[in-house]
Amino acid sequence: MNKMETESTIARKSKVSEKVNISGSEAVIRSLLKEGVDTIFGYPGGAIMPIYDELFKYDDKVSHILTRHEQGAVHAAQGYSRASGKVGVCFATSGPGATNLITGIADAQVDSTPLVCITGQVQSFLLGSSAFQEIDIIGISMPITKWNFQVTKAEEIPEAIARAFYIARSGRPGPVLIDITKDAQFELFDFKYEFCKGIRSYRPIPELDLEKVEEAAQLINSAKRPFILAGHGILLAKAEEELKSLSEEADIPVAATLLGLSTIPDNHKNYVGMLGMHGNYAPNILTNECDVLIAIGMRFDDRVTGNLSKYAKQAKVIHIEIDPSEINKNVNADIALLGDAKVVLKALNSKVEKAKHPEWFSKFASLRKIEHDKIIIQDTKPDEGEIKMGEVVNLVSEQTKGEAIIVSDVGQHQMMTARYYKFYKPNTHITSGGLGTMGFALPAAFGAKMAQPDKQVVAIVGDGGVQMTIQELGSIVQYHMAVKLIILNNNFLGMVRQWQQLFFEKRYASTELVNPAFTEIAKGYGIKSTKIDSRDKLAKGIEEMLAHDGSYVLEVSVEKEENIFPMIPSGAAVTDIRLE
Amino acid sequence: MEQKEQEEVFTISVLTENKSGMLNAVTIIFSRRKMNIEALNVSETEVAGVSRITIVIKSAFARAEQVVKQIEKLIDVLGAFLYREAEMYYQEIAMFKMSTKEFLNNNTIERLVRNNGARILVIEKEHIIIEKSGHRKEIRELREKLEPFGLLEYVRSGRIAISKSKRKTHAFLKELEKTNYFKSENNYQKEN
Repeated sequence: MNKMETESTIARKSKVSEKVNISGSEAVIRSLLKEGVDTIFGYPGGAIMPIYDELFKYDDKVSHILTRHEQGAVHAAQGYSRASGKVGVCFATSGPGATNLITGIADAQVDSTPLVCITGQVQSFLLGSSAFQEIDIIGISMPITKWNFQVTKAEEIPEAIARAFYIARSGRPGPVLIDITKDAQFELFDFKYEFCKGIRSYRPIPELDLEKVEEAAQLINSAKRPFILAGHGILLAKAEEELKSLSEEADIPVAATLLGLSTIPDNHKNYVGMLGMHGNYAPNILTNECDVLIAIGMRFDDRVTGNLSKYAKQAKVIHIEIDPSEINKNVNADIALLGDAKVVLKALNSKVEKAKHPEWFSKFASLRKIEHDKIIIQDTKPDEGEIKMGEVVNLVSEQTKGEAIIVSDVGQHQMMTARYYKFYKPNTHITSGGLGTMGFALPAAFGAKMAQPDKQVVAIVGDGGVQMTIQELGSIVQYHMAVKLIILNNNFLGMVRQWQQLFFEKRYASTELVNPAFTEIAKGYGIKSTKIDSRDKLAKGIEEMLAHDGSYVLEVSVEKEENIFPMIPSGAAVTDIRLE
Repeated sequence: MEQKEQEEVFTISVLTENKSGMLNAVTIIFSRRKMNIEALNVSETEVAGVSRITIVIKSAFARAEQVVKQIEKLIDVLGAFLYREAEMYYQEIAMFKMSTKEFLNNNTIERLVRNNGARILVIEKEHIIIEKSGHRKEIRELREKLEPFGLLEYVRSGRIAISKSKRKTHAFLKELEKTNYFKSENNYQKEN
């Protein structure tokens, strides 16, 4: 939506005059409206009641989604943000309400997701007294927020919220927390809203060094085996087209990180697959054969690099990155191009010459064939045995034609989803990458559905993770959200079990689960549900789920002890990737 | 990065907006990495509303550099600078409490004070206070010399340091304001 339109529409609707005497609580809502917020995820409680009371009065302008747990609210706000590119907003009360947000805030910080979290706080005179539901949420959230601030006077509210939105969405995005004492919520003051246009101590986007762009272009132009690693930063900068032109013009293979999936369409001729521990065979092996490595909007996470001392040592590294603290953190950059990926790539593309690297591409193709014959075909098209996770994902991919927004949780099913769903459009893959938060998918999926109501949203979860936030089925029902949930049930914490099998001599310590009848739970919430346990019913089951008008829970019994390969064992080099 | 690099002493000088919680925000960056802070000082600067945090650490260069980048990343930090010992003028200050009786009975103490560039701050009936500023080594040497005469109490400050560069805080802030506002505005429009 166009920002100008949004604001003028809101201004007309709410008749917000320039300066009015209102309460801090009303100022919170009006400030949020000014920032274009129309959806809030949250959970009320004592210290935030005045704000909820105002929310009640403004319910024609802003929808509030009541979750079943504050963790659900923050993950939903993350899903909303990731699917829309907008800032996700969530509310929680003081004490336990605020601490229940922590996991989601940390997740958003690691995965660069813009959030504004507003927490109620006890009255300012009670701060530090261990009063009922008083906790130092500013201190607790300090290392996991991009910025946080405690408001103790109503007059601080407009500026705090304006800054919060500015900080959350600018530069490398991230979560911000504003803690507002109850007395500040009640206090009356003259409200006037001004957008934040800059903060002198904060430089969201570093200045691009054009000389270095020139150097990088020369390096790329002279490269024989260049290789692009595409990260989440490309999606955040909306630089998908620029990535494509660089890759096409200079004929460079592109691999994606987990969060970089969907930056380039799966069927693009230059796309060579996913990097990392359970990524594709070719891009991992050939990382150590390229001569110029062009890393864009990615941070060389240990799950991507494996053993750093054996990672791309032969290559010259060009690191395109918005956050200076990521440069030389894990991998030394020969050329660091600091800036917004879109701006950097535009400048770079104008200097990059046309090239062809057919031999280099053929290396990818031959390794791809090895992986295809040995793994992919068995994972996605098995003839016998129990249902495999990969074949479920593959069918979902085929039936949704890659048009759906796919939200995955954490574990084996997550890696299978990343490997076998064919993403064609940007921001259609939402998962908890850096923090690896089980329980993320269900609430994030309905957050995504709120952001993209016309899109098919499919959450793929494991039987372990789903039980961490299963109560959010209640939110889905209450707000009639047509989210499709596929539970891949192997009655195991599968990823941990796989590691126990491979590295702990099959000592399955506390990984086997006795599960409830998920279909009965869904039915208890009034959600249509089916369980599939044979291959011949699978395709039809998925078809019915997708066609159903409303939310749906599809439980699929999958092979109990399936392992995910390829795999780079923890601490091993990318070239030590195992096919079995 | 994989070999253990030589550790050396670094001074990190941080200019921040004077807001509550800033010291905590800066120091948890060290504790998260299990790095020890050798000395710490917080003070005002010549610019109203701007504070300076001076931190001394022992670290390998690459690690120190990363930490400085993390400090820079804090929204309310105006600038963070990493210095080697030779790049700064620095001092610490110490106070020594000694018995007045001992001081009057023995003129060695007074001689030590004079020869070590220290001074006598107060003389009370029960005790005297000696003040000494200088590098840590000089302070330690004086302490060792005074100890035989009965040191009642001893306190030493964190390091304060000033860089040898010509940069002025005022000019630095002006530059920040000019460039950041300009960029922020562009950024803001793009984001919206």
